[in-house]
Amino acid sequence: MAEKSSKGLERVRIQLSARAAGPSARAARDASGGQGSEIHEGWREELESATREVFEIMAGAWLEKPPEESEPFVTDFTAMVGIAGNLCGLVGLHTSAECARRIAAKMLGTEDAGGDAQDAFGEVCNMIAGSFKARIAGLADGCGLSVPTVIFGRDFNLFSLARGEHYEVIFTFEGKPLLVTLDVHD
Amino acid sequence: MKAARVLIVDDSSVMRKIVGRSLRQAGLEITEVLEASNGSEALSSVKEHSPDLILSDINMPQMDGLEFVRQLRCMEAAKDTPVVMITTEAGEGHVVQALNAGASGYIKKPFTPEQIKQRILPLLRG
Repeated sequence: MAEKSSKGLERVRIQLSARAAGPSARAARDASGGQGSEIHEGWREELESATREVFEIMAGAWLEKPPEESEPFVTDFTAMVGIAGNLCGLVGLHTSAECARRIAAKMLGTEDAGGDAQDAFGEVCNMIAGSFKARIAGLADGCGLSVPTVIFGRDFNLFSLARGEHYEVIFTFEGKPLLVTLDVHD
Repeated sequence: MKAARVLIVDDSSVMRKIVGRSLRQAGLEITEVLEASNGSEALSSVKEHSPDLILSDINMPQMDGLEFVRQLRCMEAAKDTPVVMITTEAGEGHVVQALNAGASGYIKKPFTPEQIKQRILPLLRG
């Protein structure tokens, strides 16, 4: 998922599309060369910190690292928030519907979130995007956020026009995989 | 401090519930929680219910939080009503913009009940 370049900068391959969307997205990634451009040092760590902060404060939940040898997972619940301004890109949050419902229930302090899972998951993604850009010099005031979009179901392909840098962090929430991504426009 | 009638403005119903719960966890005495999902609805609610305190998101469809506060400050009956913006937009420029529009305070999402308490209690005490 991540490797060190000769300059010591972290280079991350574009894997989200393949993982989230299946063969057609993988083919699109391969056609584009299969890897992102040079990335900003520390942004992946800031994305991780932003995600942890949101879950700890809003859901009282501590996100875990997945096991080293974890199986590939299928996500069927995706939230996206666009960033525009000094930086253009897309923050994504991906998990299963079951996990999204658990996150919403934790946020609301209930056993069952009912129909609030989509709304809650979109808001979590929105807060992660806001917290991330607040941590990066020049982005807090230099960028705006879109309203969140939430997609659920397995039969879709996610194709981002942001063909530049890609960052991703995988966590587990109550044992269920949770992926947060940032795709940056060149 | 008298019990307050609070208007929560956010396009997310989940966030409205969480903000309402946080107000209670913060120990605020609340007589009624009113809700609106955008600035236009909020203006109508203010005219009808005259809340003591307003908590508003900024990024919302139809009418955003900044325009809502600008229009609110033109209403004689609500020109002094405390309005606290609760938003993911945490940059200093965004804060200045909100205060210039007429907001009384600013809380960044994600927030804790303690942060809510610290920002809101002084406003309700007048």
